[in-house]
Amino acid sequence: MSALAPTTAITGRWARAWSGRRRWPLVSVAGGAIAATLVLLPLIFLIVEAQQSGWSEVQRLLLRHSVAVLLWNTIRLTLACTVLCAVLGVAAAWCVERTALPARRLWAVALVLPLGVPDFVVGFGWVSIDPALHGYLAAVMIMTLALYPLVYLPVASALANLDAGLEEAARSLGLGPWRAFWRVTLRQISPAVLGGCLLVTLALLAEYGAFEIVQYQTFTVEIFTEFKLGFDTVAACVLSLVLVALSIAALGGELSLTGRGRSARSGPGARRAAPRVALGRYATPALAGLGALSGLALGVPLGSLVYWMARGSSTTLPSASILSAAGHTAAYSAAAAVLSTVLAVPVSALAIRHRNRVTVLIERLAYLPMALPGLVIALGLVSFSVRYAFSLYQSAFELILAYAILFLPLALVGVRSAMGQSSPRLEEVGRSLGARPAAVWRRVTLPLIAPGLGAAFALVFISSATELTATLLLRPTGVNTLATQFWAYTSEFSYGAAAPYAALMVAISAIPAYLLSRRMSTLARSEPRS
Amino acid sequence: MSRLAVVDLWKGYAGAPVLRGVELEVPAGSLTAVLGLSGCGKTTLLRVIAGFERAERGSVSLGGQTLENGRTYLPPEKRSVGYVPQEGALFPHLSVQQNVGFGLSRRERRGQQVAELLEMVGIAPLAKRLPHELSGGEQQRVALARALARRPQALLLDEPFSSLDASLRTRVREEVHALLRAQGVTTVLVTHDQEEALSLADTVAVLRDGRIIQHGAPAELYERPADERLARFLGAVNLIDARFERGTALTRLGTLELRGDATASAAGAGVVMVRPEQLDVRVREDSAHDDGAVAGLGGRVEQCRYYGHDALLHIRPEESDGAELLLARVLGERALPVGTRVSVAAHGPATPLE
Repeated sequence: MSALAPTTAITGRWARAWSGRRRWPLVSVAGGAIAATLVLLPLIFLIVEAQQSGWSEVQRLLLRHSVAVLLWNTIRLTLACTVLCAVLGVAAAWCVERTALPARRLWAVALVLPLGVPDFVVGFGWVSIDPALHGYLAAVMIMTLALYPLVYLPVASALANLDAGLEEAARSLGLGPWRAFWRVTLRQISPAVLGGCLLVTLALLAEYGAFEIVQYQTFTVEIFTEFKLGFDTVAACVLSLVLVALSIAALGGELSLTGRGRSARSGPGARRAAPRVALGRYATPALAGLGALSGLALGVPLGSLVYWMARGSSTTLPSASILSAAGHTAAYSAAAAVLSTVLAVPVSALAIRHRNRVTVLIERLAYLPMALPGLVIALGLVSFSVRYAFSLYQSAFELILAYAILFLPLALVGVRSAMGQSSPRLEEVGRSLGARPAAVWRRVTLPLIAPGLGAAFALVFISSATELTATLLLRPTGVNTLATQFWAYTSEFSYGAAAPYAALMVAISAIPAYLLSRRMSTLARSEPRS
Repeated sequence: MSRLAVVDLWKGYAGAPVLRGVELEVPAGSLTAVLGLSGCGKTTLLRVIAGFERAERGSVSLGGQTLENGRTYLPPEKRSVGYVPQEGALFPHLSVQQNVGFGLSRRERRGQQVAELLEMVGIAPLAKRLPHELSGGEQQRVALARALARRPQALLLDEPFSSLDASLRTRVREEVHALLRAQGVTTVLVTHDQEEALSLADTVAVLRDGRIIQHGAPAELYERPADERLARFLGAVNLIDARFERGTALTRLGTLELRGDATASAAGAGVVMVRPEQLDVRVREDSAHDDGAVAGLGGRVEQCRYYGHDALLHIRPEESDGAELLLARVLGERALPVGTRVSVAAHGPATPLE
């Protein structure tokens, strides 16, 4: 009897997996499946498009000499920018978080704000005041200045949260300050550095506007040109697949590097903030360096916007068209933000509350757009709609869908962390207090994850409002957003007319960039729960 | 008031059984402690009773109503079972008042009920606070008031005092105990703290490896534990070789009577359990020719663990066979320095162990 019992118990468990309380939450599964399908859709149709031209055609397209040049251009740019961003980001973060730098709070904000300036606006800022800037070095400089905050932010946060006890232990074990930094501190923040570098790499692979402005040919620029000017869909799709492969390689590289080290704190001891290093005679060089960095990254683009706006105000300001562009931008971005956030909820709920192989796969898929440049998603949607749903082609819905897919990972970041904070214990207590599951969701879960939903909405909204590449491909005919109108004027060298559009985009995205830097410093200051 | 009955309850995770045929009966209005080491399945048992998990087999009923068996399953919101999880699990976005009123209808929430509950657990002035502004003890009281608000027939407490400081724990424990007495609600309290279980509960059920191995009044468990492992879990023990004769145990600490119905069955040689407080320790004068004069076993104090109110002496018998250390509990003021020569005798009934 007792020997039989465990077997029946196991069968009982499996039998109940499909009936009782442990059954799959149907709404979440449906939502997760939709999200996964939407994410895969562009990629699948890129492959379909490329495959229909035949293998020999693909081979011909890939083995052209120009592809080797593009590959070389893309790789040397990515390497140089990523390394520069890592060095600048870590150095700046260390100065702000770990030294007795004067006006630290101010620097913490100033160093993050360049994140609020779209890359193509940074390019515009530099090239419009110095038309001679073009080629490799110009591209490296502009992209480094635009992207270093992607390393700065996570590293600063990691440094602020670092346990001083570790460094002190290293020092007491006989390591000097520099060796302690190399062997202990750097190891602790390396996941943050690598994560930041990955974001930089992916942004570089996806960028179109800034490179077009400085006339530097990367894969993305070439794909755009092939499709938009050469009307060669097949070539664009084949090259896009190479681009996706590069992005996935970067993702895999980061995963394999971070997988090795562990940086979790062991033991229950309370964390202590590290004492700050006195800069002494290095204070002036440090201030000068940080001043130069934020001057070049923030001052030059903003200054040039102000300059062109002052110049442009003498000519007639197209106030009506800027209003309609802003209206379109706001409407598309808001719709995309809602869609993305709504899709992120079931994906996070499944991944956190019903973790198994299927739900983890859904979650991973939902993060896939990180490695899919906007151009690639746009191309995939174009080939899908041209073949199977022509009414969608160049409709507002298709553009919104592209934004929602492209920025789903951002929405997930917001929603998932909030959902992780809301403990299932609270929902259980709610049930035991007599509330039905739907009521628990409304009265407990939703209020708890609301800040996360808000953050997700804001992130997607801003990213959509400043998106250029996919917008250029997918916008409904005759409709202009802030980004596309800015781009149209810039292409005609009407800098004065373009500047107000850029200024509006910067204004939209600077607010959250500012809030992000503020929030990070509050997080760092708040004491951890013991 | 309702009797809670758990019959032959089975539950496992990923094929590994956690509960393996639990039988538990909690008389109406009584407080039963489920005592067990971490990982023995006590939280799982509570979660099944609350309805958060479904059992694989077995039944749970409360006051004649079936909460769960092979065919029926009531969801948590339909059960009249209050649940106070570890750490309280207060809703962080709601005030104390809103937390307590969560389970009440809109109209009830507007009435006096919430205020009365807060008054009852002694936190009325904190009604508007948010959970993070409360101390651990206050959070625990809010969680209790919240669980009692719907007047449940049964109340489940999952290690409710383990997150409190030692000083606060005793006080909150006493208050909660008095409150539950007054309410007369059938209560199951889960704990790994044997002192808490013995001092608080009407009956204690010991859960080990997914089964209840013994269930009885605290004194019964302490005096007649089911086996040696449980005896040691509930407190320090001396295991002493004995020969059983006519309802008594002949040991080197003297002839001891046997406890309860063990008298009849015991025969031949065996082991008896004697608690440290049953040993009488007397100091032996070095100079005296004491053979015969002092009764008991000679020994030397090897260690003295001093706790203030009492002290635990580790005594090494002076016998040649190198017998085990004897543990003796004496009042704190009678603690002896290491090295003192003593004689040890036992009193009171001994419990034969298998």
